[in-house]
Amino acid sequence: MLTYIGRRIALMIPSLFGVTVVVFGIMQMIPGDPAVYILGDQASEEAVQALRRRMGLDRPLLEQYVAWVIGILRGDFGVSYRDASPVLPVLLGRFPATLELMLASMVLALGLGIPVGVLSAVHRNSVIDTVSRVFALAGHATPTFWRALMLILLFAFYVPIFPPSGRNGLASIVLPAIALGSSMAGVIMRLTRSSVLEVLSDDYVRTARAKGLRERVVVYRHALRNALLPVATIIGIQVGNLLGGSVVTETVFAWPGIGRYAYLAMMQRDYTTVMGSLFLFSLIYMVINLLTDLSYGWLDPRVRYG
Amino acid sequence: MARWKRFIRNPAAVAGTLICLGLIVVAIFAPAIAPYPPDQMLLGNRHLPPSPGHWMGTDFFGRDILSRIIIGSRITVAVGLIALLAQAAIGIPLGLAAGYFKGRIDMVIMRLTDIFMSFPTILLALAIMAVSGGGFWNLILALSITSWTSFSRLVRSQVLTLTERDFVQSSHALGARDLRTIFRQILPNCIPIIIVHATLVVAVPILAESSLSFLGLGLPPETSSWGAMAATGRAYIREAWWSVTFPGLAIAVVVLGTNLLGDALRDVLDPKM
Repeated sequence: MLTYIGRRIALMIPSLFGVTVVVFGIMQMIPGDPAVYILGDQASEEAVQALRRRMGLDRPLLEQYVAWVIGILRGDFGVSYRDASPVLPVLLGRFPATLELMLASMVLALGLGIPVGVLSAVHRNSVIDTVSRVFALAGHATPTFWRALMLILLFAFYVPIFPPSGRNGLASIVLPAIALGSSMAGVIMRLTRSSVLEVLSDDYVRTARAKGLRERVVVYRHALRNALLPVATIIGIQVGNLLGGSVVTETVFAWPGIGRYAYLAMMQRDYTTVMGSLFLFSLIYMVINLLTDLSYGWLDPRVRYG
Repeated sequence: MARWKRFIRNPAAVAGTLICLGLIVVAIFAPAIAPYPPDQMLLGNRHLPPSPGHWMGTDFFGRDILSRIIIGSRITVAVGLIALLAQAAIGIPLGLAAGYFKGRIDMVIMRLTDIFMSFPTILLALAIMAVSGGGFWNLILALSITSWTSFSRLVRSQVLTLTERDFVQSSHALGARDLRTIFRQILPNCIPIIIVHATLVVAVPILAESSLSFLGLGLPPETSSWGAMAATGRAYIREAWWSVTFPGLAIAVVVLGTNLLGDALRDVLDPKM
């Protein structure tokens, strides 16, 4: 197991290296001179030259890249062009807010998705099955920003139960978590449903029933654990989607996490911050995928790491 | 044939097909269908609620929302189809090469796929748009660079199973060159699964475009992109719910339609999945 974790972490290194190349490459798409682009056309030649020196743009491309990567390895993501604050500490300071939002969305998605999925499977073609199907389709088809706006309209303006924006106590996380987590909840629901249906026709379930076990014991003690395996595989991808969706959700709800911070940096052409947040996001993404893969072993002892 | 019969009898399949066909017809004939000129600003008509005269109301500038949604369908269709083609053009050749040649080529391509998969799509697309300065073709670039990986992985896994099959082995035995085997034996057998996949993922660039435009890093508001329309309406959501609600509903209906069609096509073309 430890060797497996070690190997997986070792495999992340070339990927992260590739990520730095992609991020640095994207920054080369800035049309013309980045210093002019940041300062605007009216800036004086001296100001542009000074910024070029500060950004290291007067050095060869390869040298700029190497300097940036060495900085990252040292935990130095550079300083923001806008307010000269160091990028990494600011991002890390905002990370708890994003983590909180993602956890709340996950709790909602799993807490709603798995039980409703099981119920839809056990009571196939019932009212709850139809409702869950409609919910899943709607969660899948609507853009996150629209779900967010509709929730604000309904539950912050028309029926003012929750605040429309900000991060202020437990009530303020409800709407963002629903906006972000409802799409994942729908996916988990449908997958749990089909997975439970499949397992329920397996031989060991028939045996359990033949032994005279009650249906509830058959479903929850015997079938569910195996049925959850495919659900676990999809959680990693879905949490990755949550991370992407957090950018939109945080922006709509003015939630002070790294997604909104990265977005504001993009709007302000604060490129060191953009580069730093892209790298940090992909690092988080990879760690999530690693954790998902490791969770298979816990859920299914047949999975051997080697 | 029996499968297609089932397709026609499946209400979800029919609904999906009708929505997708309807979208394309609306997009083609948009200027003729739209009840008002989509850019006509009548300040006296500001924020009119839905009524028989304006089914979906008017926006802050007094423009008819239904007409703008109808014109905006052209953007949705263009973005969806062009981004999809671009993704396929990158992903399919890479997937074919990885699955067919295996070994080192496979390793390099799969590493490359892993790298592009380790970014949240929307974030990478936002960054590309912010850096490149926007515009339609940069948008297509942003949406295809981030999403070609699903095609390469799908095609690769399909090729890996196909290369073990007898007809591919016989093609080798008859002395066919690699390119001939790939394009005459393997690719045609990947087409059904590619079509199903394409129908299922065409919604991805459509949703992403709407989010990017909503966030102000996609297409500009005057293009009547549905996402940009929602962004314009957002500031007045309390006074004029319709200016946000209907563009979002339009997106939802289209995405729903492609999903229903994709699911139904999968049952017909790829019964294994």
